[in-house]
Amino acid sequence: MAIEIFMPALSPTMESGTLAKWLVKEGDVVESGTMLAEIETDKATMEYESIDDGVIGKIMIADGTEEVAVGTLIAVLLEEGEDDSALDTVSSSKAAPVAVKEETIPAPVVTAAPVSTIAPTGDRVFSSPLARRIAAQKDINIADVSGSGPRGRVIKRDVDSFAPVAKPTAPAAVASPDGDAPYEEIKLSNIRKTIAKRLTESKQTVPHFYLGVDIELDNLLAARAELNSMSDEYKISVNDFIIRACALALKKIPNANVQFGGDVMRHYSRSDISVAVAIPGGLVTPVIRGAEQKGLRQISEETKELAKKARDGKLMPEDYAGGTFSISNLGMMGIKQFQAVINPPQAAILAVGSGEKRPVITGDEIRIATVMSVNLACDHRAIDGAVGANLLGAIKTYLEHPSTMLL
Amino acid sequence: MTKQKFDIVVLGGGPGGYVAAIRAAQLGYKTAVIERENLGGICLNWGCIPTKALLRSAEVFHNMKHAADYGLVAKDLGFDLDKVVKRSRGIAAQLSGGIAHLMKKNKITVIEGEGKLVKPGLLHVTKDGKKIADVAATDIILATGARARELPHLKADGNLIWTYRHALVPNVMPKKLLVIGSGAIGIEFASFYNELGAEVTVVEMLDRVLPVEDEEISAFALKSFKAQGLNILTSASVTKLDKKKDTVVYTVEDKKGKAQQIEVDRVIVAIGITGNVENIGLEENSIKIDRGHIIADEWGHTGVKGVHAIGDLTGPPWLAHKASHEGVIVIEKIARDKGNKEIKDLHPIDKGNIPGCTYCRPQVASVGMTEQAAKDKGHKVRVGRFPFIGNGKAIALGEAEGLVKTVFDAKTGELLGAHMVGAEVTEMIQGYTVARTLETTEAELMHTVFPHPTLSEMMHEAVLDAYGKAIHF
Repeated sequence: MAIEIFMPALSPTMESGTLAKWLVKEGDVVESGTMLAEIETDKATMEYESIDDGVIGKIMIADGTEEVAVGTLIAVLLEEGEDDSALDTVSSSKAAPVAVKEETIPAPVVTAAPVSTIAPTGDRVFSSPLARRIAAQKDINIADVSGSGPRGRVIKRDVDSFAPVAKPTAPAAVASPDGDAPYEEIKLSNIRKTIAKRLTESKQTVPHFYLGVDIELDNLLAARAELNSMSDEYKISVNDFIIRACALALKKIPNANVQFGGDVMRHYSRSDISVAVAIPGGLVTPVIRGAEQKGLRQISEETKELAKKARDGKLMPEDYAGGTFSISNLGMMGIKQFQAVINPPQAAILAVGSGEKRPVITGDEIRIATVMSVNLACDHRAIDGAVGANLLGAIKTYLEHPSTMLL
Repeated sequence: MTKQKFDIVVLGGGPGGYVAAIRAAQLGYKTAVIERENLGGICLNWGCIPTKALLRSAEVFHNMKHAADYGLVAKDLGFDLDKVVKRSRGIAAQLSGGIAHLMKKNKITVIEGEGKLVKPGLLHVTKDGKKIADVAATDIILATGARARELPHLKADGNLIWTYRHALVPNVMPKKLLVIGSGAIGIEFASFYNELGAEVTVVEMLDRVLPVEDEEISAFALKSFKAQGLNILTSASVTKLDKKKDTVVYTVEDKKGKAQQIEVDRVIVAIGITGNVENIGLEENSIKIDRGHIIADEWGHTGVKGVHAIGDLTGPPWLAHKASHEGVIVIEKIARDKGNKEIKDLHPIDKGNIPGCTYCRPQVASVGMTEQAAKDKGHKVRVGRFPFIGNGKAIALGEAEGLVKTVFDAKTGELLGAHMVGAEVTEMIQGYTVARTLETTEAELMHTVFPHPTLSEMMHEAVLDAYGKAIHF
């Protein structure tokens, strides 16, 4: 009996995804663990591995097919000794059980792994000449249109019925005498679409307010230097301190470790810290779970590992799903201070600037200190000004007096 | 009486039914065809094929008459109508036998008799008034075809007044012939009998001959028919047929109501087609009928579970190739619904892209919209024309009379329609049909290298002309 391979649900909330690329072809021998395909969800690209042994009998869904529903039959695996005739027995596509959404897991924030399928306009899109011309006349990127013709060929009716999504603002707004500056339209990757959707939603629906504070780092830098001088097995960064400080501060000010849930408020008992990591084409926010219970060394190691996975596009859903608080650090890029956009459904994000020597006035004296400006963005539906201020104060205290983090 | 059970049973073995049966068998279904008369249906036995055989005789005769134009000598010209008809019948018989072979090869059971739908999933078959079989099937395809439409005052008797069926096996060579209707069927018979020397009058109710064709093509054909001696009355109708001993006196009225009586030997009624909807159990099973045709959806489904209908039975265009195409679609849809994953890219037939051919002299062929239809639909059009007189091959053939016309959407370059009149155009129209199916614009057609010397070069030139670039005219 041929084995049917269905579109997997790679995350609890996944309903459909893009079959980005087959890593096997018909006739290939596979065994349990062989990577079959790259599946791109709105959050990440993941490899899908075989759980059975056999020969790929038939690939039902072609590379690059978008919006393949979870449970759709995507390929058929022939078991040993079976030939193509076994394909006939394959039943109609039946929906594989879709993982039930778990209430306790909040929807993941804007996160994704690098995406290999940004369709550049140079790629060949199978389309009819007429479809291409009409698309050009209507200013539609043919690559955006899904084809209903033979082998997914884009034909006239597809272009005619194409409803363009929000069009990118072309630099045409700056009128030049010759009209539009030349530009190239590149199809949005799923990760970019998700970023766009989630952050627009955040800025439009989440009432942000911002709290800023300067934090002196000299004690922290001294502690860090001491710690790092004691062993070559680890190298603690300032950011590791910040993660731990935030985790502890959330524990100390539990009213800030919350999420607005419509008619309920979620109070988290654990500090799961999402750390924004820039990757080509976007950013991802892997999570250090229970960071308040982890030491600096463990935080450091986990952060390094997650950042590497993120840059390699290897993040798994459990690596980025959830998170109760985010940190975005642009200090290493020389940014003095900035304000960040909250990652819904989280209620706060800390924007961290660079540490630098500044004159500091204490009483009537001017002295030099290493100072870092941070800015906390809060969802006012969940966190009021005073709570936010308490949280920021706690963070400041932990960072300025790092020994308190030992308590 | 036997009881038989199949996966799919097709009622009617014409070009819709037998093709559906073969496709069903290919997909592994146990299949049967119920046919009351001859495999191949009207197309093969009483339509497309035997008329082409007759028209070929007429064409050869025409060439013989014009032998001198080619430097040839042909003396004592004449024809033997019986032999002309015999040849036509022989070809029909040969091809019908071919279908029987195809049925056998595909292991399709052929049940001879008249089938009637008893209920979804069950047909009764009778032969010579006796019930011979109960045939059960999960899916039933109704493909009983159509026949000539008649009106109370325009009724065929097979002797003096013919339908196409009688005209194919004439009991006499009429000296004077009236053809009522100038559609493809009427014009083809008019052309045939005119070539053999009959004095032919064609009466058309509408204001032009071949009314479904592009007006310009219609006008071109009319001019040519008249030059051949055909008498054509448009915007006129035959109001009465008065049968005499061996002649018919018909009354024809022009649009002003002015009537005249004319005597002819024979009359051919070619005023349209009506579906064979009677006695096949439609009313009993609440299958909807509208003006002589079954109402089926784009996939051929009648709305009654497991009962489908295709071809002429479901309405215009009444063309064998449309029926065959629907035959494949209806089966593949059934297979897909049953979960066959091999069936991909299945679409209902695009009725706007079914070519039509008329085998009169000169031949007429077209696909897509006429210029007027395109304009009526709101298209701004670019029209290209190329006359046969500008084509070397046409002149070499002695066939310098004809026209190729293209209609493009001015904005998108879509080939909205192509219309041709002249020698061999029925063999060329597929070029434009393929172009339309592939959705080429004028650009790809211009880039295509057409072989020289061929008539097809005119197809290229007619495209170029639409953009002011024709070379040879």
